[in-house]
Amino acid sequence: MNIALFLQMAAEACPDRRALTYNGEHYTYAALYAAAKRAAYRFSTANCKYVTLIDVSSPAVPIALMGAAMAGIPYVPINYRLSEEQIVPLLDRIEPAYIILGAKEATYSRDSGVTQDSSDFLNEVLTGDYIEVKWNEDPTAVAVQLFTSGTTGTPKAAILRHEHLVSYILGSVDFMGAEEHEATLVSVPPYHIAGISAVMSSIYACRRIVQLANFDPAEWLRLCAEESVTNVFVVPTMLTRIIEELRFSDFEPSDLKSLASIAYGGGKMPVPVIEQALALYPNVNFTNAYGLTETSSTITLLDPDDHRTAIDHDDAAVHARLGSVGKPLPSVELEIRDDEAKQLGPWESGEIYVRGPQVSGEYEERSVLDDDGWFPTRDAGYLDDHGYLYLSGRADDVIVRGGENLSPGEIEDLLHQHPAISDAAAVGMPSEEWGEVVALAVVKTRGQEITEDEIRQHIREHLRSSRVPEVIHFTSELPYNETGKLLRRVVSEWFRIEGD
Amino acid sequence: MLKPGLRLKSAVCDAEIMVIKASEGDDLTCGGVALAEAPDKVDGDPGEMNGCLIGKRYVNEAETVEVLCVKSGDGSIYYNGAELMTKDTKKLPSSD
Repeated sequence: MNIALFLQMAAEACPDRRALTYNGEHYTYAALYAAAKRAAYRFSTANCKYVTLIDVSSPAVPIALMGAAMAGIPYVPINYRLSEEQIVPLLDRIEPAYIILGAKEATYSRDSGVTQDSSDFLNEVLTGDYIEVKWNEDPTAVAVQLFTSGTTGTPKAAILRHEHLVSYILGSVDFMGAEEHEATLVSVPPYHIAGISAVMSSIYACRRIVQLANFDPAEWLRLCAEESVTNVFVVPTMLTRIIEELRFSDFEPSDLKSLASIAYGGGKMPVPVIEQALALYPNVNFTNAYGLTETSSTITLLDPDDHRTAIDHDDAAVHARLGSVGKPLPSVELEIRDDEAKQLGPWESGEIYVRGPQVSGEYEERSVLDDDGWFPTRDAGYLDDHGYLYLSGRADDVIVRGGENLSPGEIEDLLHQHPAISDAAAVGMPSEEWGEVVALAVVKTRGQEITEDEIRQHIREHLRSSRVPEVIHFTSELPYNETGKLLRRVVSEWFRIEGD
Repeated sequence: MLKPGLRLKSAVCDAEIMVIKASEGDDLTCGGVALAEAPDKVDGDPGEMNGCLIGKRYVNEAETVEVLCVKSGDGSIYYNGAELMTKDTKKLPSSD
């Protein structure tokens, strides 16, 4: 069992089909397969224990991923946006490594291993002799190691074994399920689980990958139109910026004639944003996907039919499903549990636990799975009567005010609906009286006004008074990482400084 | 012994499979001849040559055995003397 199987099968079934487009150049499945084998040969003769790539998306991404898999060496993509001071300690943890570097990166010369420019790597593997490689089929071998974004301290190294990733792809993707004209635009970064799963899913579906190295809404729209893209995946901040671009540029929504499917995830999508997107593209299939690095990507889906049912439904409970992340995949079990790990019923909020063959729940040789194989996600949420999952944030983000657990998501969801507020973040702030109180950062909608008192009044009217913020801070924008995750730690810092 | 991840080739055609789920016993055949890691080519049983298709998953009735066809061939896959059926999977929307 090896993820390289996906590329081998695609190259067997449709060798001449276009697999990848980058900067206007096309690469077939046969070409990628041959290149991955040459890469595997290089990796296995370099005496390295890891293969790492510190660069934007390029053909080097699928070739290094699949080549490392064939060579039986863990693939460890690293965030190229990190500073040299952040990257060096990560490289210290994966020695000796075959390091593939983008042109703009520091040299990172090491005492051990190999360091190579990604364009040199590509030149070497895209041409040359035909090499036959025999690869390891051990399902428990490590395929991918991802350093988590470290929004909560030192990056943890999440381990994904071949069995997890193969289970995920076989359980969620039809082999060669894509028509020849289909193309997916990959704009998520290659060091993120969504970037890895996009490569594997697309190859197994035999759907052409169009790579966008750096997300920019105008460039995203141009590439969608030019390459007749049919499928896209976006994180919430990307969708917000694309909708804004459509509003303020000459680009018309109808210019994306080929677009058939928009999948989104990677962070909590504000309901008004998805409503606007549905109004702009009524004929497009929308899918909300929720997953984590430790679960090999997607574990729940809100599918296109769920979106269509919810958008026009008179029943508020059904309409509210637009804010849900849907139901578990057939191969995934999901439960909500309280602090003592006791299972909770519908509408009761607690921590999300999942179990299934795609769930790794493992960091650098330390598994956090319980004895029965359940993974505590540290995400908080609840299920409704019909089994739809709603997220309320990270379990660690819960604000505990006088012993009462408050979900930041509940407050933020309410404020996202307010026309004068374009974004909001609620965090806990230390309080002598209550332990913690709510502190709120608010971004006003362009050209609109709202006062602190009006915000407090609005929250008091719709939620319990404990949710009313003690402090409100107006700001021009909230801090997000590049995959759309709100950096709550940074927001909390604002209030710590203000309080001093 | 069958175990998940094991790759086997047909002795009678081009077919290759990967074991996804295995149970006791190892009587897995293609075209009437045992699948193996490196089999010598022989002629198949004409009655068991209905073919298998790349990307399809094949299961027995009890779903205790499941294989993925990773290379198409002319032989059909049998387990303990019964032909495996293609597994119907729920089609999911593309999520990444």
